[in-house]
Amino acid sequence: MADTAPPLPREKRRKWRKQVEEPAPPAVPAPVAPRRLTLGQRIKRDRVMLLLTLPGLLYFVVFHYVPLLGYVVAFQDYQPYLGYMHSVWVGFANFSAAFAEPAFWSATFNTLEIALVQLVFFFPVPVALALLLNSIASDRIRRFVQSVVYLPHFIGWVIIVSIFQQILGGAGVLPDVLGSMGLPRYDMMSDPDAFPWLLTLQVAWKDAGWGTIIILAALLNIDRQQYEAAAIDGAGPRRRLWHVTLPGIAPVLILLLILNLGQILSVGFEQILLQRDAVGPDAGEVLDTYVYYHGIKDNDWGVAAAVGLVKAVIGTALVLGANKFAHRLGHEGVYRGADR
Amino acid sequence: MLTAEKTRAKTRSTVPAPRPAPVRKSDGRPPWMERPTRMGTTAKAVAVVVVVLAVAYPLIGVIGTSFASQTDIIKSSGLVLWPDHPTLDAYRTIFTGGVVTRALFVSVGITVFGTLASLLVTVGMAYGLSRREVTGSRFILMTALFTMLFNAGIIPNFLLVKGLGLYDTYAALVMPTLVSAFNLVVLRSFFMNLPEELYDAAKVDGAGDFRILVRIVLPLSKAVLAVISLFYAVTYWNAFFNSLLYLNDTDKWPLPMVLRTYVLQGQSLNAASAGEVLAPQQAVQMAVLVIAVVPILCVYPFLQRYFTKGVLTGAVKG
Repeated sequence: MADTAPPLPREKRRKWRKQVEEPAPPAVPAPVAPRRLTLGQRIKRDRVMLLLTLPGLLYFVVFHYVPLLGYVVAFQDYQPYLGYMHSVWVGFANFSAAFAEPAFWSATFNTLEIALVQLVFFFPVPVALALLLNSIASDRIRRFVQSVVYLPHFIGWVIIVSIFQQILGGAGVLPDVLGSMGLPRYDMMSDPDAFPWLLTLQVAWKDAGWGTIIILAALLNIDRQQYEAAAIDGAGPRRRLWHVTLPGIAPVLILLLILNLGQILSVGFEQILLQRDAVGPDAGEVLDTYVYYHGIKDNDWGVAAAVGLVKAVIGTALVLGANKFAHRLGHEGVYRGADR
Repeated sequence: MLTAEKTRAKTRSTVPAPRPAPVRKSDGRPPWMERPTRMGTTAKAVAVVVVVLAVAYPLIGVIGTSFASQTDIIKSSGLVLWPDHPTLDAYRTIFTGGVVTRALFVSVGITVFGTLASLLVTVGMAYGLSRREVTGSRFILMTALFTMLFNAGIIPNFLLVKGLGLYDTYAALVMPTLVSAFNLVVLRSFFMNLPEELYDAAKVDGAGDFRILVRIVLPLSKAVLAVISLFYAVTYWNAFFNSLLYLNDTDKWPLPMVLRTYVLQGQSLNAASAGEVLAPQQAVQMAVLVIAVVPILCVYPFLQRYFTKGVLTGAVKG
């Protein structure tokens, strides 16, 4: 490999030389303009780096960009044995078919309802938990609690839903406890009205702890002297929380909120699919499960792809809009800082 | 910046008659902070205990129930925290061949190979993009990052996997999630933050780009590589979405699919396994859950201390 080392950029070479032989005379006569390499020369120079990048680039193109072409199905009466090439083009018929279906609107409504309940009732949980963790004075206890609350993030949805089934489900702990107190045996897992709340509870169990990481970091960034000054001016713990802590983490909270709003059409597919049958499709169908059941289960490819396309377009627009809004508010956003 | 003396002087002037509190340096409380009231401390302690129990109780209950015998299960409701008559029947049932054993092999296999493949590709890409002077690196990076903004969706992905001939193969569980843009960003920014002098020195010594990666960059990145491996391994271990979509052959099912069928949908595992032992159905189900959770519980403590760094790099820079 040694002989293939590309020549150092001129500036670095000079720096290097300067460090080694300090008073050396300028060995290289400085050219008037820096020599520009042609594209071919640059690619040859960077060939090792580019080769290392290639498999990853191929992955992103094949598994993220190529599938977008598959959306032609949304405009076809797609039949798998005919393929894209020979299926009949139907224009926007799939879209109007989907929009005419009450099930589509019910799925849209459920998606928005679940997203909204999660936004309002899950969003504050990691914040509260982070404040609690932050107020634990003992380092050892805080680390222990942190290890415990981060853990569920790594447990898969199938496992989590199974565990909830054991506790809240028909034969689980809660109905038994209620029954032994003479109350009706309430089975939350199959109550359609409670579905958004059940999902929120599960999300909180899984990710509340994980969500504290970013908020704890924001809390650490608040200047200690602000607390000190506030205390000296007579602000008690509650007023310090209100006037120092909350304004201190507000930028992060706003950013997270905006990004959550951008994700509003994507409520957890795995989590909901696993529990859809227990509450029935009227309450348990969301856009993603609608696409799955119509397309892959019922082979209604065109309509499913049409709904998927609508969801993808609106979802992407929301994410882009939310991100732009975050920039507008003066935050780095999620994607811009990447090249620094 | 106020010195300690000044702070104390100011405190004295504004707060009437400060109680000569005993000096306790060990609790790390700054001098201006009030001593916590007993009620506040109690409330906090209760809250902490509740949070810890909320996470721990279900997990301990699942583990306990997996060792429970029929009498334990009848006696208690739902979960058995501490079985009085512990038995390994449940584990004997699922390990004497049959569905769960096979699923376990599949899951271990895709986790090991998937993580290795993901790590190789991600490291290569992150390193290749970690130096800005590389031709086209910015364009390639944007191509990768842009995928965080959209998701092609279920139907196109399904048609792609079918079209590539991956349907019903183990590759379908790995390929569609081979590289995570998030992990790529975390790793790349770690590489970029390594001191420039390292690269320069290595180059002067005549090392090529690849040798620098293997000899210098990777040995310095063990911690971040460990975290990223964990992220990938957990994805593959929990793989449910891909197997649901792309696997038709039940013989190829990984653990999460088996969990869904036999634990969530309640089909009897005793019938499905080859063994003769008849353990209580519920204990068997919980034993499957334990097998699915325990690997995570085992690697978790070793990697936990690296999380914050990894996640924050991704969140702030990604």
